[in-house]
Amino acid sequence: MSLFNKHKIIEKSPTLLLVGSLLVVSVGGLVEIAPLFYFQNTIEKVEGMRPYTPLELAGRNIYIREGCYLCHSQMIRPFRDEVERYGQYSLAAESMYDHPFQWGSKRTGPDLARVGGRYSNDWHVQHLTDPRSLVPESIMPKYGFLTKTPLKFEDMDKHLRANQLVGVPYTSEQLINAKADVIAQATTDADIDGLEARYTYDDRFSVPIGDFDGNPDKITEMDALVAYLQMLGTLVDFSTYVPEANYR
Amino acid sequence: MTYEIVSNFAGTWGLIYLFVVFVGVIAFVMRPGASTAAKEAANIPFKDES
Amino acid sequence: MKNYSGTIVLALGTLLAVFAAAFAHDDLFRIHAIILAVHLGPATIYVARKVATGGFKEEDKSGYMDGPIRIGVILTVFWGVIGFTQGVLIATALAWPEFNLEPWFNFGRMRPLHTSAVIFAFGGTALMTTSFYVVQRTCQARLWGGNGLAWFVFWGYQIFILMAATGYLLGITQSREYAEPEWYVDIWLTIVWVAYLVLFLGTLFKRKEPHIYVANWFYLAFIVTIAMLHVVNNLAVPVSFLGVKSYSLFSGVQDAMTQWWYGHNAVGFFLTAGFLGMMYYFMPKQAERPVFSYRLSIVHFWSLIFLYIWAGPHHLHYTALPDWTQTLGMAFSIMLWMPSWGGMINGLMTLSGAWDKIRTDPIIRMMVMAIAFYGMSTFEGPVMSIKAVNALSHYTDWTIGHVHSGALGWVGMITFGAIYYLTPKLWGRKQLYSMRMVNWHFWFATLGIVTYAAVLWVAGITQGLMWKEYDPQGFLVYSFAESVAALKPYYILRFIGGSLYLTGGLVMAWNVYKTIKGDVRDEKPMVAVTSNAQPAE
Repeated sequence: MSLFNKHKIIEKSPTLLLVGSLLVVSVGGLVEIAPLFYFQNTIEKVEGMRPYTPLELAGRNIYIREGCYLCHSQMIRPFRDEVERYGQYSLAAESMYDHPFQWGSKRTGPDLARVGGRYSNDWHVQHLTDPRSLVPESIMPKYGFLTKTPLKFEDMDKHLRANQLVGVPYTSEQLINAKADVIAQATTDADIDGLEARYTYDDRFSVPIGDFDGNPDKITEMDALVAYLQMLGTLVDFSTYVPEANYR
Repeated sequence: MTYEIVSNFAGTWGLIYLFVVFVGVIAFVMRPGASTAAKEAANIPFKDES
Repeated sequence: MKNYSGTIVLALGTLLAVFAAAFAHDDLFRIHAIILAVHLGPATIYVARKVATGGFKEEDKSGYMDGPIRIGVILTVFWGVIGFTQGVLIATALAWPEFNLEPWFNFGRMRPLHTSAVIFAFGGTALMTTSFYVVQRTCQARLWGGNGLAWFVFWGYQIFILMAATGYLLGITQSREYAEPEWYVDIWLTIVWVAYLVLFLGTLFKRKEPHIYVANWFYLAFIVTIAMLHVVNNLAVPVSFLGVKSYSLFSGVQDAMTQWWYGHNAVGFFLTAGFLGMMYYFMPKQAERPVFSYRLSIVHFWSLIFLYIWAGPHHLHYTALPDWTQTLGMAFSIMLWMPSWGGMINGLMTLSGAWDKIRTDPIIRMMVMAIAFYGMSTFEGPVMSIKAVNALSHYTDWTIGHVHSGALGWVGMITFGAIYYLTPKLWGRKQLYSMRMVNWHFWFATLGIVTYAAVLWVAGITQGLMWKEYDPQGFLVYSFAESVAALKPYYILRFIGGSLYLTGGLVMAWNVYKTIKGDVRDEKPMVAVTSNAQPAE
């Protein structure tokens, strides 16, 4: 009858308890997540962002498979020490094609958001094969097996297609040529005209090319991983980026 | 929908709403009539001794 | 008429796994399907033989369905030991990198194995087991859905653990922390979880007791919220329907926010709400007195579940996530301190008037230590969520130390308390094999946690300060490699802390095994028996 008697209904009805809890736990997520899809200024306007080439995407999948994100972040915070150590702080736009994101949560090793172009391909191969031969203090595991494992890339078009379905703007031409583009990017002196035409964005062609693992005979997982590492953080053209226009 | 609109709403009506709900919950739980029911419920674990 | 429905389900599962292996899109999927078939096949034969010979007839004298609970207690102990061992192994690999064995046993594949073994195998099995026990006892009703549903939920969840764990070592991962399993394992967990929800709700509906006891509220909130988080966070598009790889539906900022909304509430609802359900039943039972304030527990419940869900963005302070989201996450994380401590006070004060039990009953002591660690980590958490603190603590080992004071201290200890309470009851023993061994376990575990948390706290701050140190000329003082070298002693100490905790777990395993066997250790009682003394009331 009175309001006070109604409480017993909540305490005694599993359905109400279920619905009540579900409503209460929905609020936070709705308020924090939904606006990120609607607010225009969540992702900055930048020049040079492009989807990953098939080889880089394959390398990224190896990065994920080996759990690199557990020790390496890809998110430089806007602090003086981080900017001096790792480079320009990371922008939201730089991970707009990352399904999933790789920001990480722990730095057992250094941040990798801008590792691209900092070291030579040979350095990366040697470092991944035997980290302590280059950095004696390192506690990183060895990844020499990547040099011996041939890269499986016959189905890269399917991978690009799945990315297309979740919103990455791959063109049908990029899909058709996925396999050819892997070979073109990972081979020295290959004909890269097609690759260049397909992956030039905002007049920038920022795709690392060559035989990454030092073994021209075959395309290995090491080729793919190093190709991915060498492009990290190199896409955005910061000469045209205006931070003030993107305050949020 | 922009950030400003949502932010203003959260700082005014949203705040008032959540505060009223909070006070309501406390008043509801602590109302005088609830103590017997609470005592009864608190003893549920001891009704079964198998 | 013999009931072959379980056999049929298992046989169908085996068949599906064999087909999946035969038509797999990639090698990893094929291996994974073979692993599944290798487990389901023998299980089918075992169950079929058991049914044919009438081996499944045992009825519980209590009238409750305790079969899955008994196996659940054993598996909780088993997964606990496995999870702690995993932890010690990866601590070894961090202190001495030679212990990384490429490719399958490298840190990057072993860490998800450790986190999932502890959270989902140890914690999840403990939650499922105790929830089955508590909901039956507080509703005075047998589990809804007959024997079939309960066994399906129980073994279905163990299959999820099997597939997740083997997947990590093979390199099958979504790279979403604490949600690493790939899309097909996620779908399987969704099916099992919905069945779990139906089972739990069904039991609540058929209860004989007018009230729904508050422990069940926490268990229900845990089940339903995990369902919501799991489904949203794992939305993805697979490359092939017979392949392992999928791409998450969201990208970048939105993906990060969704993942940490999930990640933090895996802590909030799996490791907190669920285990609070455990506390609200086993603490009063072991102390033999009702919870301190039932009304406080109601406020605790609603405020906790409302506030927790907002706290996720504190994992993304100073990242490319918009500032407003970060601030919101910080504000709610700080507010969360209040309900957490309300719950802590409620748990501790349950002992009011019987404080001597802390001295006389090692099981109570274990539970009290659990609640104390709950209080400590729910204070440390809000502190770390303050942006100024987070600027130093984020990306360092401080976070790892914090997580372990919650996981080893709160989750582990409250589970051990529940296990020690349940084991004699479920196997009809008068007492545990040894109370002194419970006491030993308590000290191993406590020393282990204190070592672990203190060491990593110092390690984290050292690391954070070294990264930020400038010399008078304005140059960074330390290279990153130097900060790695500086941590070696702490990593060795952490290994020792973890080993102590593992030792405690092994002591428990032996104690539980002997109790089930029905042995009683010949030992001096914990306290001089002065049982005729009058209670001080």
